[in-house]
Amino acid sequence: MSQAYDRGTVEDFGRWREFSAGMWAWIFHKFTGWVLVGYLFTHIAVLSTATGGAELYTGTLQGLEALLVVRFLEIGLLAVAVFHILNGIRLLFVDLGFGLDQQDRSFYASLVLTGAIVVASVPTFLGGKFL
Amino acid sequence: MSTQIETKETEDEEIEEQSPGERRREIKRQRAENRAKRVEAELDEAEQTRRLKVFRYDPEVEGKEEPRFDDFIVPFHKGMTILDALIYARDHYDSSLTFRHSCRQAVCGSDALFINGKQRLGCKTQVGDLEDPIRIEPLPHQDVVKDLVVDMEHFYDQMHAVEPFFDPDETPDGELEEQRQTPENREYVKMATRCIWCGACMSSCNIAAGDNEYLGPAAINKAYRFAMDEREGENRKQERLRIIEQEHGVWRCQTQFSCTEVCPKDIPLTEHIQELKREAVKNNLKFW
Ligand code: HEM
Ligand code: SF4
Ligand code: FES
Repeated sequence: MSQAYDRGTVEDFGRWREFSAGMWAWIFHKFTGWVLVGYLFTHIAVLSTATGGAELYTGTLQGLEALLVVRFLEIGLLAVAVFHILNGIRLLFVDLGFGLDQQDRSFYASLVLTGAIVVASVPTFLGGKFL
Repeated sequence: MSTQIETKETEDEEIEEQSPGERRREIKRQRAENRAKRVEAELDEAEQTRRLKVFRYDPEVEGKEEPRFDDFIVPFHKGMTILDALIYARDHYDSSLTFRHSCRQAVCGSDALFINGKQRLGCKTQVGDLEDPIRIEPLPHQDVVKDLVVDMEHFYDQMHAVEPFFDPDETPDGELEEQRQTPENREYVKMATRCIWCGACMSSCNIAAGDNEYLGPAAINKAYRFAMDEREGENRKQERLRIIEQEHGVWRCQTQFSCTEVCPKDIPLTEHIQELKREAVKNNLKFW
């Protein structure tokens, strides 16, 4: 029941600062889910170059991997995918009714684990660029 | 601190010449002066004072239709609740400051407010736990009637929508015999029975805010309380499950946990909603 008049700070967007774990988990899950859908299209587009022959496919991939920004985007993609999977598992437990009182901790665990995996992946993704 | 202000009758016999109206105004003026002096003294005496920023709005009074925030400085004492602070502000500064309250002990559910960005009961929230200035607003996503008072009609409609009454298939033979429940079952629905209809959960729910038809956590919890009661009649239970599994029922819940976070009675609302989701699925599963 929103108001026709302005309630000022009561219902403004500044409320995100007051969100707690469950709400952040929901927002990140939505966001990462849709980023993954977006990536799916890119993925298909790149892979489709194989229909134009081995030469073209190899060239496309080599061209992309030569770009530093692509390397960073890959790290971002990994972060998004890992978080979505880990939090997805958390949500499956929530759906099954396990550990609902630990839902905030499992969210933080998803975040920390995502961070650790992403950091560990950096050498692989940036291999040959800086090293 | 007492909410009652002992009114010292200071006017004397000397003002006999005045008309009744004048006398009344004179008395009022005197009282206001005394009150102001007392407030000053109390603020001086208090070891600590706190600042409230209170949402004000009154559509019926000219000049107050525009929402605004009023500041009130109140003397702080250990154990002071937000409700105490509001009562102080109302009794000492502005008698038109409007808010609901009754039990002052988290039982009646009248004073759910939006305090420093979170739905809380005024009477269950310690001033000492909050940072200055303490922002007090009416519950979000509900129509404001005046100041901190919101229209609860929609909330009550949602609560009634789940048919929150007990309807067993069979009652004991003896006229005055109790309908027994096992201690285990009582324990099972215990938390669900604790709802005080404050509306905090409903106001905190992002989904309920965007979908007015969504039953919302409190109403679903109410349905849970009866559906999980072993004495509930089979027909009534089916009827109840039908209500909660409809389009704007349990499946709207996105497990954001906002309701569970704010419930002053610590009811595990999300857990109850999830359980009813599973109950609804189980109820509809057929293997033939
Ligand atoms: C092991 C991998 C994955 C797991 C465990 C997983 C888990 C989940 C779960 C449990 C939900 C439901 C969230 C809820 O309850 O509201 C969900 C939503 C979603 N997932 Fe995944 N997911 C995975 C992979 C993917 C992939 C690869 C994509 C993209 C192609 C994806 C896109 C989405 C989208 C778009 C949503 C819906 C977001 C919304 O509600 O708007 N997921 N995921
Ligand atoms: S479930 Fe909790 S927050 Fe919701 S109305 Fe009942 S007591 Fe208030
Ligand atoms: S005054 Fe009754 S719940 Fe706060």
